[in-house]
Amino acid sequence: MSTIESALLDMGGLDILAAQNTPIHRRDPRAKVLTALAFIVTVVSFSKYDLSGLLPLFLYPVVLVALGNLPPRYLLGKLLLASPFALIIGVFNPLLDRTILLRIGPVGLSGGWISFVSILLRFLLTVSAALILISTTGFNAVCLALTRLKVPHVLTVQLMLLYRYIFVLAEEASRMVRAWSLRAVKSRRMSPKVFSSLVGQLLLRAVDRAQRIHMAMLSRGFDGEIRLIRPLRFGMADALFVLAWTAFFVLARACNLPQLLGQAVLGITR
Amino acid sequence: MHMADALISPAVGGAMWAATGALTAYSAKKLKAELDERKVPLMGVLGAFIFSAQMINFSIPGTGSSGHIGGGMILAILLGPYAAFLTIASVVAVQALFFADGGLLALGCNIFNMGFFPCFIAYPLIYKKIVGDRPTQGRILLGSTLSAVLGLQMGAFSVVLETVFSRVSELPFATFVLLMQPIHLAIGFVEGLITSAVVGFVWKARPEILELAADAKPIGNLSVKKVLVGLGMATALTAGLLSWFASTHPDGLEWSMFKTSGKEELKAPERGVHAAAESLQQTTAILPDYDFKKPAKPSEPETPAEPENKTDGAAPVVSAGASVAGLVGAAITLVLVGLLGVALRMRRASN
Amino acid sequence: MTHHIVEVQDLNYTYPGGVHALQGVSFRIVHGESVGVVGANGAGKSTLLRHLNGYLMPVQGSVRIGDCLVAKPTLRDVRRAVGMVFQDPDDQLFMPTVYEDVAFGPLNLGLPAAEVEARVMQALDTVGAAHLRDRPPHRLSGGEKRAVAIATVLSMAPDLLVLDEPTSNLDPKARRQFIELLRTFRHTKIIATHDLDMILDLCERTIVLHGGRVTADGPTLQIFNDPELLMRSHLEKPLRMQACPVCGKPT
Repeated sequence: MSTIESALLDMGGLDILAAQNTPIHRRDPRAKVLTALAFIVTVVSFSKYDLSGLLPLFLYPVVLVALGNLPPRYLLGKLLLASPFALIIGVFNPLLDRTILLRIGPVGLSGGWISFVSILLRFLLTVSAALILISTTGFNAVCLALTRLKVPHVLTVQLMLLYRYIFVLAEEASRMVRAWSLRAVKSRRMSPKVFSSLVGQLLLRAVDRAQRIHMAMLSRGFDGEIRLIRPLRFGMADALFVLAWTAFFVLARACNLPQLLGQAVLGITR
Repeated sequence: MHMADALISPAVGGAMWAATGALTAYSAKKLKAELDERKVPLMGVLGAFIFSAQMINFSIPGTGSSGHIGGGMILAILLGPYAAFLTIASVVAVQALFFADGGLLALGCNIFNMGFFPCFIAYPLIYKKIVGDRPTQGRILLGSTLSAVLGLQMGAFSVVLETVFSRVSELPFATFVLLMQPIHLAIGFVEGLITSAVVGFVWKARPEILELAADAKPIGNLSVKKVLVGLGMATALTAGLLSWFASTHPDGLEWSMFKTSGKEELKAPERGVHAAAESLQQTTAILPDYDFKKPAKPSEPETPAEPENKTDGAAPVVSAGASVAGLVGAAITLVLVGLLGVALRMRRASN
Repeated sequence: MTHHIVEVQDLNYTYPGGVHALQGVSFRIVHGESVGVVGANGAGKSTLLRHLNGYLMPVQGSVRIGDCLVAKPTLRDVRRAVGMVFQDPDDQLFMPTVYEDVAFGPLNLGLPAAEVEARVMQALDTVGAAHLRDRPPHRLSGGEKRAVAIATVLSMAPDLLVLDEPTSNLDPKARRQFIELLRTFRHTKIIATHDLDMILDLCERTIVLHGGRVTADGPTLQIFNDPELLMRSHLEKPLRMQACPVCGKPT
């Protein structure tokens, strides 16, 4: 299967997850967008040497995955495939920062290793937050939420059109690549020359399609403005959702919960 | 070269969001003034086109590896800067949401790195100047290649700056620059050649498509300057405010009112690190004579040459008692969170 | 309102490249008529349709829709009156969900929210697609896409339906269902197609275009029984009117 087809399947998969009906899915998209942003800002605001403090934040993805009926393994797979840039850069930390920061008996942990693990944890948390947002809300609802949150209308309309036509154009692209690969017996990879003309061809088709869409829009009274009506209701439950999570984030940020917990436990057992 | 949430600090993420937000609003306004509603569907479809084209791999001659295009310059050339910027923004946003490329906080950085430089620097200052209103095959080749190379160089440099200012990665500025720029020189060169081939193909087949972008009011030099100055000011202001805020609090964006005196002892070991971070943030905040290579602070976390200095100095080793408590607590936290997840799932399944 | 809902007079159109797409096309269509427009590829069908909703402006000759002469100032009214359904439903359905797509037209007309809602649901009910309202278009089958595409123009309450190749790419069952759906509409219809069997089902009158000119305009059966005319226009008798392939007897 080509990259294009699997990418389409992927996006379709998240779409299907978003079509469920769970307490999480029923929340107003604005509530979920705001909470996800608060979560990410909280995660990245931790010091890079603070590992234990980050752990309670795993509560957020875990609860949303469980209540939102999302398949954890599927999401984990997507996480692992995600852009490795952070890890490539992060892996330098243990090499560059060898200051011993933590000693457990004879073993000393350098600051570099701690910050590397911290990068890993941040990566897991932030990326899962984005994936969970999409798979509990759906792309179009996220766009609608953004419109209501005062993101310029042109941009959200673009996002919606882009998302609508990804499926159409990627399908076209994958047909063209298939037609090429069936005839390209010798080489398994496309030369830049072939690639350029294939992509040029795809581009011409895209421009023609845009023209036809424009015609279809015009014949239904399009005047440059795309109007949307989808009622959104921000109810008590939504407010509660945002408030409860934000309160938890602030709490987790303000005091190191695992540290306190550990002390309490050791204090009791001592 | 997607910047990742895991590598940035809130100050950098916030500042770049502010810059990207300003650019988006500005482009939206300019696009509205252009009054060309044909561009509404064209932008969406071309965004989907770039998205699809990015998924097709081609072999890079002489290296045995394969690559894919970014497409920022193709969009800038076909749509003009404002529409292209918004289109790139939407492509990058979809990638962040569906393929976890980057992340939501880093989205500001990524849109800026991949959109601003091709649309507002490379296109008006390089491509337009070379190709002008009378494209020829040679001019298209030169203009696209140069602008793609420079656009990517600036984008890569921007990634370096964002990473270094965020202070999550330990990579020193000089090493990182030497790592990023040459790689992106090669990538930019390939991107440029492909861009010129695609644009040349379109120009030969349907020259009127290129005229659509050219018809749009060209960016006057004045407005580019205005954008740059405005952006610079917005970024500096946000970064300044955020880092001032960060430096007045012991730990980045800590909510200081939650600090209780009872936690003093617990927090003390960490203080050293935070003190180091604090002094660092103070230096970076104002940037008087900031030396990227090796700040002369004795408490600097990344001085591999002098680990002793560090251990004995401002950042003492975390005391064993506190770290054991931390580890035990961490383990319990993870178990608790995991159990909660399982319990919630089972309750759902039984319903 | 005049009795003639569409009146095309001496319409000429030449593309920038110099291709004469339409040369002196004239016809009249009265209220409630269902008219097939047939012709070979490049005969001028698409160019003609593009004039009916003012996407192309008559350079020479005129197009009248109801009381309006198609021109810049009347575009709004013309486009409300003419419901144009395009060949590729993926071009027609550009909004994120079926509901929003069907609401696109009414919202552009400036109707109040309650009225929009009512029209959308009525249009979706008419084509039997109410259950699809929250689906994104890329998750619809070919037949469903066609039905929804019709709903997107029905919600604007048009006086005239113009359909471009409405049955292309449909499987036989979906095609049959779609034809039956079209039969229930009382609107005046103009259907441009290569599917002559459908014309036989739906249109009592047919206009044949060839080389940008009207080569025939009359009762469908009469035209389809003129082998010489069909041959000249690069057409062929509808399959149902041809001899049985097994026994050779006329069906």
